[in-house]
Amino acid sequence: MSIKQANQEAIRRIEEGNAMWIDLRLACDVVPGMEDHTVLHAGPPVGWENMCGPMRGAVIGACMFEGWASTPEEAIALAASGKLRFDSSHHHRAIGPMSGIITPSMQVNVVRNERFGLDTFSTLYMGTGKVLRHGAYDETVMAKLRWMNHELAPLLKAALQHAGGIDIMALVAQAVQMGDEMHNRNKASNPLLITQLAPHLVAVGERAQVIEALKFIDNAGHFILNMVMAGCKSILDAASGIADSTIVTAIARNGYETGIRVSGTGDRWFTAPAPQIKGVFFPGYGPDDANPDMGDSAITETLGLGSLAMAGAPAVVQYVGGTPEFAIETTMNMFEITVAESKTLKMPNLNFRGTPLGIDIRKVVKTGITPVINTGISCKRAGVGQIGAGLTAVPIACFEKALEAFATARAV
Amino acid sequence: MKIVDLPADDLQVVNIGLESFAQDLRDQGVVVVQLDWRPPAGGNARMAALLASLEDDDDDEAS
Amino acid sequence: MPLKTQVMVSFYQDSVILMRVAAQLRTLPDVREVAMFMGTPANHALLEQVGLATDTGRQAGPNDLIITVDANDDGVAADAIAAAKTQLLETRKAREESSEFRPRSLESALQAMPGASLVSLSIPGPYVKDEALSALRHNRHLFIFSDNVPVEDEVQIKREAQRRGLLCMGPDQGTAYLGGKGLGFANVVKRGRVGCVAASGTGLQAVVSRLDALGEGVSHAIGVGGRDLSEAVGGLMALQALDALAADRETQAIVLISKPPHPSVLARVIDKMATIAKPIVVCCIGAAPGAAAANRLVWVETLDQAADAVVALLAGRTWQAARFSDGKQLAAQWARLDKPEAFAGRQILGLYTGGTLAYETGHLLQQALGADHPHRILDLGDDEYTIGRPHPMIDPRVRTEMIVKAGGDAAVGVMLLDLVLGLGANENPAESLVSAVHEARRIAADNGGRIAFLASILGTAGDPQGLESQTAQLHEAGIHLFATNADAARCAAMLVKPQLQAAWMNRECP
Repeated sequence: MSIKQANQEAIRRIEEGNAMWIDLRLACDVVPGMEDHTVLHAGPPVGWENMCGPMRGAVIGACMFEGWASTPEEAIALAASGKLRFDSSHHHRAIGPMSGIITPSMQVNVVRNERFGLDTFSTLYMGTGKVLRHGAYDETVMAKLRWMNHELAPLLKAALQHAGGIDIMALVAQAVQMGDEMHNRNKASNPLLITQLAPHLVAVGERAQVIEALKFIDNAGHFILNMVMAGCKSILDAASGIADSTIVTAIARNGYETGIRVSGTGDRWFTAPAPQIKGVFFPGYGPDDANPDMGDSAITETLGLGSLAMAGAPAVVQYVGGTPEFAIETTMNMFEITVAESKTLKMPNLNFRGTPLGIDIRKVVKTGITPVINTGISCKRAGVGQIGAGLTAVPIACFEKALEAFATARAV
Repeated sequence: MKIVDLPADDLQVVNIGLESFAQDLRDQGVVVVQLDWRPPAGGNARMAALLASLEDDDDDEAS
Repeated sequence: MPLKTQVMVSFYQDSVILMRVAAQLRTLPDVREVAMFMGTPANHALLEQVGLATDTGRQAGPNDLIITVDANDDGVAADAIAAAKTQLLETRKAREESSEFRPRSLESALQAMPGASLVSLSIPGPYVKDEALSALRHNRHLFIFSDNVPVEDEVQIKREAQRRGLLCMGPDQGTAYLGGKGLGFANVVKRGRVGCVAASGTGLQAVVSRLDALGEGVSHAIGVGGRDLSEAVGGLMALQALDALAADRETQAIVLISKPPHPSVLARVIDKMATIAKPIVVCCIGAAPGAAAANRLVWVETLDQAADAVVALLAGRTWQAARFSDGKQLAAQWARLDKPEAFAGRQILGLYTGGTLAYETGHLLQQALGADHPHRILDLGDDEYTIGRPHPMIDPRVRTEMIVKAGGDAAVGVMLLDLVLGLGANENPAESLVSAVHEARRIAADNGGRIAFLASILGTAGDPQGLESQTAQLHEAGIHLFATNADAARCAAMLVKPQLQAAWMNRECP
């Protein structure tokens, strides 16, 4: 097959995919390979010795949640001892923002790409500020973690069953026309989710429970993110493994390295050191406090959302910095490195042009334009939380390595 | 060897290089798109050669 | 004072813009030299060659801009560099604000303009092949102005173009016309029924300009690049072009314009021409038809004769070569020469901006004066004069410097000049030429000498510079103007060898 044909096939599969949020389940019951003492993390594979501060903090919190350790010191000792099995969430059909830590006893969203029978998993989004994914593990965090897993999850599960599932990508398509880019700006999509969930929550839950749940989801601001991420992954995974395709199927960061995966080279990671993030900081914090780029949330950019859709979400510049002109320019640059335009995700102010779809590693290397990522900035010290937001890019080295590997594989 | 089909009246040009050429064409009423060109792969000759070997061809039949 | 360098990383600009900014900075007081180049291997070698390479500069990659200043002190150098950066950033900003969409890749350009029929390339030679093949893969024609394209690349591109039935006009092609529109350095001419195949830039310009003056127009003028008729390239595009013009309904006559092709290639071209039913004029300046020439082909020696011959053929007349293009004008100019006999035995210096015009003159002088004459005919568009400097048709500085210098050269008695108008050329070439001539004349006079300045103007009534005003400026400066470059060259020959004047003029002119 020519590369052109292979890429067309990849796009076809992406366009055919959908993403239904259908269930909440225990990770050990549904996540493939989630054995005892397994700790899944965001980004390409990384060992404890190289894990950044926030990721270590989240591991500590998870160990205590699991009951594998009763103090942070015990958790650290456990992690350093080699008794924990670390692996990329991506290898287990799972995905998570920031440190993205998933362990067996955590409840996970089940999102299904029905057309391809592909299920993906993510934990519930905790909210902003001092949260597990930024490496916080004090008692407030642990309490919230327990509440989410033991109280909120069952309620959501019942609501989902009552609803027969919620079509996440249909919601995304609406929100994109309302000025969201789904990575850092979910000001429309989160309320849309609440609108869809509310009747079913009311139908299955106690009044006080439901009020608490609705308030939580609303305050979280980006509660929908984890379902969207799982949805993007389920759609992209279906387009993975097409020999001769140069389309990127995953972009993921672990705070130490950034990695990409390409359809034609299957599950291989092509990595480079994680870059710093240029952005705006909350009062009291600055670049010296910042953790390098981290999280699986660049899966949104991989599917043409996030910074690729920035032209349709100009308000996001208030959060990540820049001007509305810059937002448009960013998307226009992203058209230079993609092979298609989305048939479902449209930007009204670009004449309803579809968002750039299908990042092609050849175009990235040729133009030198790398995918921009809108992202939050974590404090490099565990336990502090988010300290800002901004923009970064995927290192060109990832794409150059991928191109070499692709060419070699193709020559065989 | 195919006989060249000389372009009909409505010449439309992609100009890669000297900007003055684009302006001269526009002065004649020709529609021109000026490329923002720079050396491919940031000047990395090896990467550029690799890219050239992996290029699409319009003649590839769509599946 | 050591050189001062700054490198602007990932800041690509085309060479013409860089040279313009550098030229402006050179005029600053205490600035001796300014070099602004992208960090390509060729440019690094160039900087070493001219002694402007620095350690800082050597770090620059092909996508990085090197600014190096040689000034009398560090502060001046720093200021100059700052001024350069400001100018470049302003240029960039103005362009961005102009809201003109500039795609970064050919694919997105073609997406924005799917009706594009042609890709024009004027980027550094080493990068041409990949972009050219890319354009061909998208089934678009090519116009390649760039030179320094390796011959293997040219052959590969042309073979691919041939396979797909597409044009590759170049590399190293300065001029072409498609569907009435001029590409590169082009005079404004009528659309009409004469098709041209040209392995030459100014040669093509000269022919179509004269056709325009004679009332004929151009259907298409396919430039094939200066090297197409060499043995290595074998006339790949010329043969393609001849077939295209043979099949083109607008084209009723064909002119081939080039320097003498490789004999094997010429033979192939003649064979191809034998299959074409339309009248064909062949102008290979100096190449002889040879025994196997098809009888229908009309062979001419000079560029103006090519135009004259095709006009005659289209009118159904037979064309015959005359001694002069315009004997009357030549006689009139001769009469205006003060004591022409004083130039006998002096040296001719030809300073040309048009390469084929220089070649034509060189050929005519050889014919008239023998192969080992002492005269110098320079093509200032040649590589040796254009390193780090724009082509003389754009920037007259190099020629004006040489004219003034020649004013002090006692051996030089006659200067031969061309003045090329049209799109892409300098907006007022007469101005700097005239001031240089005045200066040179003054210097010569101070040394008790005299120089005759002979020139021809390559231009049309429609050209933006204004043919009348350019002509008037040269007249007023006492430059002797001839109808054609060939006549100017002949006049020069007659001046330095009076026997020629006796032989030629007494037979020809009243």
